[in-house]
Amino acid sequence: MSVSIHLQSLRGNTISEYVTRFAFGGAISVIAGLSAKHYGPVVAGLLLAFPAIFPASATLLADHEKQKMKKIGCDGTLRGRAAAAVDADGTTLGCLGLIAFGLIVWKFLPHHSAALTLLFATAAWLIISTLAWVIRRKL
Amino acid sequence: MTDLILRFLLGGVIVSAFSVIAEVLRPKRFAGLFGAAPSVALATLPLTIHSNGAAYAATEARSMIAGAIAFLIYAWCVSRILIRWKPSTLLTTTALLPLWLAVAAGLYWLCLRGAA
Repeated sequence: MSVSIHLQSLRGNTISEYVTRFAFGGAISVIAGLSAKHYGPVVAGLLLAFPAIFPASATLLADHEKQKMKKIGCDGTLRGRAAAAVDADGTTLGCLGLIAFGLIVWKFLPHHSAALTLLFATAAWLIISTLAWVIRRKL
Repeated sequence: MTDLILRFLLGGVIVSAFSVIAEVLRPKRFAGLFGAAPSVALATLPLTIHSNGAAYAATEARSMIAGAIAFLIYAWCVSRILIRWKPSTLLTTTALLPLWLAVAAGLYWLCLRGAA
């Protein structure tokens, strides 16, 4: 199965869903900043990989799947949970890329351009995550 | 205060952007990769570099590796539990957040405590 883009997936979204994601993302960024001030960079760094948005995203995904099934007269509760499980499995693979991101920033940032380091680390996150996904598909 | 507002706005925009990308992508397992996008790091590291320098931000990135390992274990457990027992998604994802904290704290205790 190849990767595709489905813009129609956004149709069912409500303003409150976007606001929730924005608020969670903003809040965890502020908490990471405040933690750095109070506890230093070692503790604050842990929060850069806190699954802040994950519970909200997984729940929304499960709800959307449930609503889709409801439209055709079925109870989509279990299907929604299965979709969230597959999404979480993908997130597990994405975490391998996130580890690579942290490793590259840690090693490269003190000696190279900040912009280039962040760009390279983001590219590494995407490549490692995608490779892990490709390998997972073949297993 | 300006720094915190900037962090909030930048964090909100970048996390939302990755979240929308994840929503339009198929298959779902591939979209799930974006659940572990470095969105919070991309929102906060440039500001940290600007205010505290590259060495300080690199120290944060080293700790982020421990946080990402904790995230990996958390996401794997969420996936296995949802597949095996099919409980509520909201309940599973929130009830397991202390697992992330426990693993991150354990790795901090073992590898990062006392490190500058």
